[in-house]
Amino acid sequence: METLKLSIWQLRELYKKKEVKPSEVVMSLIEEIYKKDKEIHSYLYINEKAIEQAKKVDEKIAKSENLRELEGIPISIKDNICTKEIPTTCASKILQNFIPPYDATVIERLKNAGAIIIGKTNMDEFAFGSSTENSAFGPTKNPFDLNRVPGGSSGGSTASVASNLCFASLGSDTGGSIRQPSAFCGVVGMKPTYGRVSRYGLVAFASSLDQIGPITKNVRDNTILLKIISGKDKKDSTSVNIEVPDYEKHLGEEIKNLKIGVPKEYFIEGIDREIKEKIFKVLKLLEKEGAIIEEITLPHTSYGIATYYIIATAEASSNLARFDGVKYGYRSKNYKNLFEMYTKTRGEGFGEEVKRRIILGTYVLSSGYYEAYYLKAQKVRTLIKKDFELAFEKVDVIITPTTPELPFKIGEKKDDPLKMYLSDIFTVNVNLSGLPAINIPIGFSLNKLPIGLQIIGNFFKEEEILKVGYVIEKNIKEEKYE
Amino acid sequence: MEDYEIVIGLEVHVELLTKTKMFCSCLTEFGAPPNTHVCPVCTGMPGVLPVINKRAVELALKTAIVFNSEISRFCRFARKNYFYPDLPKNYQISQYEEPLAKGGYLEIDGKRIRFKRIHLEEDAGKLLHSETGFISFVDFNRSGIPLLEMVTEPDIGSPEEAEKFLEKLKQILEYLEISDCNMEEGSLRCDANISVRKKGTKELGVKTEVKNMNSFKSVRKALAYESKRQIEILKRGEKIVQETRLWNEKEEITESMRTKEEAHDYRYFPEPDLVPLEINDGWIEEIRKEIKEMPDERKERFKKDYGISDYDANVLISHKGIADYFEECVKLYNNPKVIANWIMSEILAQIKGKVLKKEEIPLKPEYLVDILKLIEENKITVNTGKEILKEVYNTGLSPCEIVEKKNLLQIQDIELIGKFVEEVIRENEKAINDWKKGKQEVISFLVGQVMRKTKGRANPNIVRNILIEYLKSLK
Ligand SMILES: [Zn+2]
Repeated sequence: METLKLSIWQLRELYKKKEVKPSEVVMSLIEEIYKKDKEIHSYLYINEKAIEQAKKVDEKIAKSENLRELEGIPISIKDNICTKEIPTTCASKILQNFIPPYDATVIERLKNAGAIIIGKTNMDEFAFGSSTENSAFGPTKNPFDLNRVPGGSSGGSTASVASNLCFASLGSDTGGSIRQPSAFCGVVGMKPTYGRVSRYGLVAFASSLDQIGPITKNVRDNTILLKIISGKDKKDSTSVNIEVPDYEKHLGEEIKNLKIGVPKEYFIEGIDREIKEKIFKVLKLLEKEGAIIEEITLPHTSYGIATYYIIATAEASSNLARFDGVKYGYRSKNYKNLFEMYTKTRGEGFGEEVKRRIILGTYVLSSGYYEAYYLKAQKVRTLIKKDFELAFEKVDVIITPTTPELPFKIGEKKDDPLKMYLSDIFTVNVNLSGLPAINIPIGFSLNKLPIGLQIIGNFFKEEEILKVGYVIEKNIKEEKYE
Repeated sequence: MEDYEIVIGLEVHVELLTKTKMFCSCLTEFGAPPNTHVCPVCTGMPGVLPVINKRAVELALKTAIVFNSEISRFCRFARKNYFYPDLPKNYQISQYEEPLAKGGYLEIDGKRIRFKRIHLEEDAGKLLHSETGFISFVDFNRSGIPLLEMVTEPDIGSPEEAEKFLEKLKQILEYLEISDCNMEEGSLRCDANISVRKKGTKELGVKTEVKNMNSFKSVRKALAYESKRQIEILKRGEKIVQETRLWNEKEEITESMRTKEEAHDYRYFPEPDLVPLEINDGWIEEIRKEIKEMPDERKERFKKDYGISDYDANVLISHKGIADYFEECVKLYNNPKVIANWIMSEILAQIKGKVLKKEEIPLKPEYLVDILKLIEENKITVNTGKEILKEVYNTGLSPCEIVEKKNLLQIQDIELIGKFVEEVIRENEKAINDWKKGKQEVISFLVGQVMRKTKGRANPNIVRNILIEYLKSLK
C-alpha cells in the first residue's frame, strides 16, 4: 500500500477527503509489519487493538466530525515508554511480563490528540547501547542493509520509521539514542531541550540526561509531534513551564544572516571521509541561502564521553535498583534467602551491558571514589555546558556530523564496549548540556548507507533547528545531489 | 561511675501530619488495610517521578523557625541507596549535603540542646511476616509518608536528659500540629549515639548507635544500660567497639547488630528527578504567621488570664489537646479554677496519660460543663458528679440523660430528707445520748449516716440543718 509511505500531514489530508479509511491503513500496516518485520525486527509488540480504535475513527470520518491533530495516525513507541495495558519491557528479560497500569505523559498527550499506538519498538536493553544489539529479544537490523546495525538505543523506532512500518515513532535520547540511530536509518530525530518534554512514564536510564523525542519521516512531521508532546507536566518536576511555540509555523522561514557555528573539534581525524564531505556540501548550500558560517571552538569536547559514562552510569545504577524481583517483573526461581533472591533475579534478569553499567555506576558513587569520579564529572559537565553557552553568544545554531562513521556491521563492536561508546562522541555533549538537537538525513554514502547531520540549538530554541533542518531537507530533495 | 561523663546525641524521625504523601497524592491515613493507599509512585513502578509535597516543606519550615535553625534558601534532595524489600525503589529520597535547615536549639531547664540539622525524607513501607516465617509481605501504605529528621549535637549529658528532651520536643511538635509523635505507633522514632569519657577530657569517646527503642522510657533505660556497659568496659581497660546496637526491651539490654566495617555505603548523590528547592523570605514569613502560641507562652497566659497556679498551668499546657479542652470549657462556663481542678483530678485520670487531641477526649467540653453546672445548682453532689463523669466517659451519653435514667438528682425536698433523718435518729440511740452529753462531733457522724441512706444524693447542708433542728427539739 503506497499510503504507508505518506507523511503524517499527507495522511491527515487523505482522511479529511475520505479517500482512505484509518482502519484500512492500520490493517495494511499490521499486515506489512508481519511480513517485513520478520527480517528487520523493529517491533517487540504489535497492538492489534489498534484496529478497533481505527474503526471508531472511520465512524467519525463518515459522520464528517472534526478530527484531532493525530486522529487515526499509527505511531510506534520505544519500549521504555510506559503504555497502559500494553507490555513495556525495555527489551529486558527482567521486565518481560510487565504491563504498566498507567500511561506515560507523552502517551496520554498522543492519545488525547487521537494517535493510535501501533506497537512497541525494539531497543538496547534499558537504552544501554548504540546498536540495538543489546536487546534481550534479539537485534534490530538496518533497513538499508540487513547486515548492519540501525544504531541505538532507539534502533527499533528509527528502523520502523525508515521502513514505513509506522508513520512516526517516539524514542528516548540520553546520549544520542534518538539522533545516532536516526542518522543510521536516514530519518529525522529530535532530542528536545531537557525539560521540554515530560519524562513521566519513561523508564529512567539517566534522569538528568533522558529526554523523549519524535522520530519522523520528515521535518514537518517532527514539528507536529513535538508540539503535541511538549510542555510542562505537573508529574515531572524537571519539566519546564515555557510556552510551546507552533513549530510548524516556523518552517519555510528564511535563514538569511542566520549564524551557523561549526566547531572544529567535531571534524577531527577518524571521522568518515564521506560524512565530512557531505556536511561541507550542506554548509555551502546553507551559505547560498544566506546563512553565515563561522568556525567556533568547544574546547572541552573531548572530555564528553568520559564525563557522560560516569554521570549516566551513576544515575542508572540507582534507577535500576528497583528491579529486584520483589514487586513486579522477573524473579529467579531458585533462591534460599532474600540476598540470593536479589542477586539471582538481577544476575539472570539483566543482560551483560546492563550489568556492566550498573557495576560502573555503583563504583563511581562509592565512598572514597565519589569525589574523584562523580563530583569531578559534574564539574566537567559544567565546563562543557559553558562551552556551548559561550558559542551561542555568537551563533544561532551549531552544525556537526551526527556520527563519526556510517552504520557498522552487526557484531562488529559488540565485544568492544569502548569502541561502541565512541559512536556517541558527537551527541553526548548535547545531553550533558541539556540543549536541543536534531538529526537531518543528508543523503547516502557510495554503498547506499544513510548519512546524518546534527543541528544543535540554544535552550528551548527547537524552532530554530527545525527551521534550518527544513531548509536542508528541501534543498536536498530538490537537488537530488546524492 | 562519677569519674565518667556521658555524651548523647539523638536522631529523631517524626511522621508529618500532611494529608498526602511526600512525593505522590496518596493519603497518609494510619491503619488502612495493607496496600490500599498506594500508587505507581510510592510503589516504585518503572518510569514514575516524585513531586514534592509543598505542605510537608511548610511543616518542616515551621519546625526550623521554632528551633531558630538556619533555613537554607536553596536545598536539594538526595538519594540514599540501599536494598531492602520495604524500600520500593531501593533508594530513599532524603537530604544529605544540603539539608533544609542547619543549627538551632531546644532549651530544657535552661540548657540548650543544639540541632545539627533538620531535613525531609520519605518513609519506607512495612514488612509483615507470615506465622510460618517462610513468607513475608510488604505493605506500602507507609511508603512515601513524609518524615522530618532532626539530628542533635552531642549535647545531652544523661539518659534522663534525653527523655526530657524528647518530651519537650514532642510537646512542641504537638503544639505546631506537625506530628502525632506517637512512639508506639511509630510516628516518632528515635535512635541515639552515645559515648562516655573521663571527666575533664575534651575528646569524645568511641560511640555506639542504639536503635529499637519504642518509648521515651525505653530510650532512658537503653541509654542508662549502654552508658553503664561502656563505663565498665573502659574501667576494665578495654576498648569500645564502634557499632550499632539494638535495645532488647524484654531483657533490658543492648545487643550488637553490626560493626562499623559492616556499615552500609549509601552512595548518596543529588536526586536528579527533583529540581532544587528554593525557599524565599516571603514564604518563611508566611509560615511564621502560621505559628500560634507555644507551650511556654500559653502557660503564662493561663496564669494571667485565668488566675490559676503555676503548677496547674504547667499540667494543663503539657499537652496541647488538654489545654485546648480547658479553654473550650472555660468559654462555656466561666469558672477556670473549678474546670482546672476537674480536668486535673478526673479527666487526666480517665485518659491515663494517653495523649489525645481535643476532639478525641471522649467527654465533650459541654458535658463537663453540664456536670459542673448541676453541682453549682445543687442538683447533684460532687460525688454524684464524679460518678456521672465516669459514666459519660464510658458511654458517651449526656450527663442529663444519665441523671434522668438513674434518678441521680440531688434530694432537696425537706420533707423527704426529714424522713431519712428520723430514721437515722431512731437507729442511733447511743449517738443521740452522746450528743445530749455535749459531744458536738456526733453531728458529722449522723450527717454521714443520712448521706449513706440516700446514696449520697441528699444535699448535705440541708441534712445538717434539719438534723440540728431536730436535735435541738429533743432538748
Ligand atoms: Zn502513592
